[in-house]
Amino acid sequence: MRELTFTAAAHEGLAEEMASDPTIFVVGEGIGRRGGNFNTTTGLYDLYGPERLRDTPICERGFVGLCVGAAMTGTRPVVDFMFIDFILDAMGELINQAAKMQYMSSGRLKMPLVLRGCIGVGGASATHHSGSYASIFVHLPGFRVVIPTTPYDAKGLLKTSIRSDDPVLFLEHKSLLNTKGPVPEGEYTVPFGQASVCRQGTDVTVVAIALMVKKTLEVCEQLVQEGISVEVIDPRTVAPLDIDTIIESVHKTGRLLIVDETFAPCAIGAEVAAQVMDRAFDDLDAPVRRLNGVQTPVPYSAPLEAAVVPQPPAIAQAIRDVVAE
Amino acid sequence: MKSKATGQKSVAQATNTRLDRRTSLALYRQMLVIRRCEEQLARSYQAGFIPGACHTYIGQEAVATGVCAHLRPDDAVFSTHRGHGHALAKGVSVRRVIAELFGKATGCSAGRGGSMHLFAPEVGMMGTSGIVAPCILQATGAGYSFKLLKTDRVGVAFFGDGAVNNGAFHEGLNMAAVWELPTLFVCENNMYATEVPFASATRNQDVASRAAVYGLPGVAVDGNDVIAVYKAAGEAISRARAGGGPTLIECKTYRTRPHAEGMRDAGYRTVEEIEAWKARDPIPHFRAHVMATGMASEDECDQIDAEVKTLIEDGLQFAMDSPWPDPATALDHVYSTGK
Repeated sequence: MRELTFTAAAHEGLAEEMASDPTIFVVGEGIGRRGGNFNTTTGLYDLYGPERLRDTPICERGFVGLCVGAAMTGTRPVVDFMFIDFILDAMGELINQAAKMQYMSSGRLKMPLVLRGCIGVGGASATHHSGSYASIFVHLPGFRVVIPTTPYDAKGLLKTSIRSDDPVLFLEHKSLLNTKGPVPEGEYTVPFGQASVCRQGTDVTVVAIALMVKKTLEVCEQLVQEGISVEVIDPRTVAPLDIDTIIESVHKTGRLLIVDETFAPCAIGAEVAAQVMDRAFDDLDAPVRRLNGVQTPVPYSAPLEAAVVPQPPAIAQAIRDVVAE
Repeated sequence: MKSKATGQKSVAQATNTRLDRRTSLALYRQMLVIRRCEEQLARSYQAGFIPGACHTYIGQEAVATGVCAHLRPDDAVFSTHRGHGHALAKGVSVRRVIAELFGKATGCSAGRGGSMHLFAPEVGMMGTSGIVAPCILQATGAGYSFKLLKTDRVGVAFFGDGAVNNGAFHEGLNMAAVWELPTLFVCENNMYATEVPFASATRNQDVASRAAVYGLPGVAVDGNDVIAVYKAAGEAISRARAGGGPTLIECKTYRTRPHAEGMRDAGYRTVEEIEAWKARDPIPHFRAHVMATGMASEDECDQIDAEVKTLIEDGLQFAMDSPWPDPATALDHVYSTGK
């Protein structure tokens, strides 16, 4: 099978959807003729012009609010934030408007709105270009939150996101954009709420989020040599969350670690841990553990930056600790 | 850019403009429906039938009436917390408005919204809102949709003077102008943002003049003169439908009841000011105009008054008789797929 980068696969997904549905349009800064800071829309302006590839003023609140109104009136906007940190200027439009509109209208209005942007610590991006924020949206009713980690999932989940009638956060980790993976030629989508078991194992379950999937997989071979068989689960979408797949795995391994580069309090790991203890307490042979980034704004300098997110040695050690309990 | 910034025009003195009899009586009837419905809602609030907020539109009826008279069901209206009048003028029935404020299953939002979340997209009522100013952006977005879909539909935002010092006003007007969107921005300048006087909130109190800053036409009208509003809105909506882009209309008006029912209405405005504006009540003025111009007799106006009275009584009875929503439906419609 051919291999594409994460970026190229997601681009293909967007291009296919735009070709088949003329009501889809993209807004963002530099996504027109320039093709996007992260090459998310390269070449599409030449095909569809400025109305469907709309370069915006720098007014995130304004163009998100515009897209909410557009989604209520028959079109399907895709907001390309470049860095997802910029979404914070639009939180009122999203939380009070986009997420509540279907409910308030008793289901007569739909909200087909995709909110995509790059997340994650890395590359000395510093604190205004390194956030993730997924947990905030998972907390709130109305949003779908999608975090693909492979090129295959990036394409399949972006297509599902664009076809969804709910507001969807589509979060792309910067350090995954150039990774390559198999992507079939033909049409396919990946459904929401279906986790991927990336590696099968028997001693411990690791639920990893975003880049942490890749980093966890990197240490698994070494752990095999130490006699530890790790099962790695990538939820792919955290709202909805496929808790059934996680519980099935814990039933087998009896141990659970959640690895997430974002902060621990009130976050995805806390939710997974609570749900597993609710539904699979008797399967657990050890306390559920979390390994998270440090709860601090993201620093710039390389040694500081590396210190605030889980690195492979820390992940390996956390797995050993869970197994030793 | 096809549209040109014409800046502010003088306050239109449009009452001399002759409308035909049918239009005049429709405007009179619509204003009266809003007034009588609001009066009933105020009474129902005092009687304890409305559990939540109730912001009445009394005194401002000419604005919603004059604008919505030009709209079709497929045009989209986005409104504010003071939006009962917009919903009624856009075609939501009295029954469904009163039932919604009562929290009944038959309300226009099926009991999910109340006064501040009136939805009826089937007639183009895209919601009143508990947050000031997002309606400006959403109407801009409706304009974006309608242009992309190559229709002649328009998006309309109603908002108060309280919204024009909010970033959404700046961002929405800027985008609507640069992309020439079919959007109408209707500012109902009633001089107070909740209880904060407009004069203490901004140096430039001339809202219509702000349009020139973004490069779209801006016009100020007497918002208590339904003909002036009707005429200005007609021009703006025709221009928008024809591809001529957005317009800002500032309607200078006044709410004669408190910000919301049950709230103290003192300490920020004088009784004299309220009385002066009550003397400029748009409904008796227009009624007198209709009779003076010979378009309808007093008996005909009385006949409309009686019909409206019956309509409101019917709406109240409907709301009283309607069932409560089923608690089992509280989780419905959070997501499009049901879960």
